[in-house]
Amino acid sequence: MKESDLMLRHPLAAYLRQERMPHIWCEGCGNGVLLNSFFEALDKLKLDLDKVVVVSGIGCIGRAAGYVNVDSFHTTHGRAIPFATGVKLANPELEVVVISGDGDLFAIGGNHFIHAARRNVDIKVICANNFNYGMTGGQYGPTTPLGSWTTTTPYGSIEHPFNLVHLAAASGAVYVARWTTLQVRKLTDSIKKALGKEGFSFVEVISPCPEIYDRYNKLGTAVEVMKWFKLISQTQHGCTPENAEISKRQIIIGEFVDIKKPSYGRLLREMTTRVKESFQEKKAK
Amino acid sequence: MPQKLWRKPLDAEKIKLPKPEIHIISDLCKGCGFCIEFCPKRVLEKSDKLNKRGAFPPEVVDESECALCSFCTAICPEFAIFTIEKKDKEDNQDGEKE
Ligand SMILES: Cc1ncc(C[n+]2csc(CCOP(=O)(O)OP(=O)(O)O)c2C)c(N)n1
Ligand code: SF4
Ligand code: SF4
Ligand SMILES: [Mg+2]
Repeated sequence: MKESDLMLRHPLAAYLRQERMPHIWCEGCGNGVLLNSFFEALDKLKLDLDKVVVVSGIGCIGRAAGYVNVDSFHTTHGRAIPFATGVKLANPELEVVVISGDGDLFAIGGNHFIHAARRNVDIKVICANNFNYGMTGGQYGPTTPLGSWTTTTPYGSIEHPFNLVHLAAASGAVYVARWTTLQVRKLTDSIKKALGKEGFSFVEVISPCPEIYDRYNKLGTAVEVMKWFKLISQTQHGCTPENAEISKRQIIIGEFVDIKKPSYGRLLREMTTRVKESFQEKKAK
Repeated sequence: MPQKLWRKPLDAEKIKLPKPEIHIISDLCKGCGFCIEFCPKRVLEKSDKLNKRGAFPPEVVDESECALCSFCTAICPEFAIFTIEKKDKEDNQDGEKE
């Protein structure tokens, strides 16, 4: 069988823009694993692909928008969440998923993130956290661990990083989970769960960047990094997000928040109906 | 069929174990080695055949050992490997050509 025909028989072939393969990501980059896991979640949920929209920002992981076989948009740097918010409010029937990087979502796009979470906008955000700006050559960013090396922290970073799950939870997200790219099954389950929730859901994916961050920090090959994830990951469901640390010693993984709260879209529609009705009542009098 | 059973299961005649079929799209592989490393059955090995991309894709050592867990399918960042259940010729009642 020709390889191109074989590709079509891949169980997730329907979700991938085959003609764009191979993707740009480096050998062993976690972004491909994240995408694979996302497709598996779509497949398990049997969602109507015409109703799914993927929005991404700029960065290596941002290219995901170009590889998914659904309507998608690759926004400008940091603006995936505002774009996704618009899509969801304009057409509440759509399942809107943001797939973007730690730099895109938490540096230039940080304010959009906290306010979308606060307003409980009904979008799902999946973040590939590789602890640096991969695409632009490995500068440090808001998730770079204290003391680690990047191209712009040649003496080790002296900044304290965000704990993304703590930030998401404190800002108001209704679902918050963290996995590494090794726990693909759990990651798929979390993405499935996030897609089923009403409101702002956040899944952090600790992801290898073998070509840049991992190389600067002498973490070894992608396989070695994945084995390291295996060694130091500790599942603690329900752990207080503040205590869900990421350090050289351990990475706390699991589901940290799973609550119910009306979404911004629902409250907006309810308010609009209410106001329209009272307006009509007044007019009738 | 998993080997080293310490006794023959009573329903061994009745229960048919699914037969695995492993497909590798060699030219998509960038050689990260995840499937080889994390296959619980150690079914895969690095081959010595350089592909179009300058990587050494995996090859199957013993297909019959595969447990069809599809972890390799799930962990592959390139969508370059997948496993499916082999249709048994006898089970194929529609007489479809394989
Ligand atoms: C307005 C603007 N500022 C800066 C950049 C340069 N830039 C491109 S990608 C990027 C960071 C991406 O980092 P991250 O979101 O973590 O994605 P990764 O590449 O690590 O996957 C930056 C700063 C840009 N494209 N646009
Ligand atoms: S630079 Fe890092 S994040 Fe970007 S594709 Fe390469 S390994 Fe992945
Ligand atoms: S399906 Fe599971 S057992 Fe079979 S080759 Fe893949 S990882 Fe190994
Ligand atoms: Mg990054």
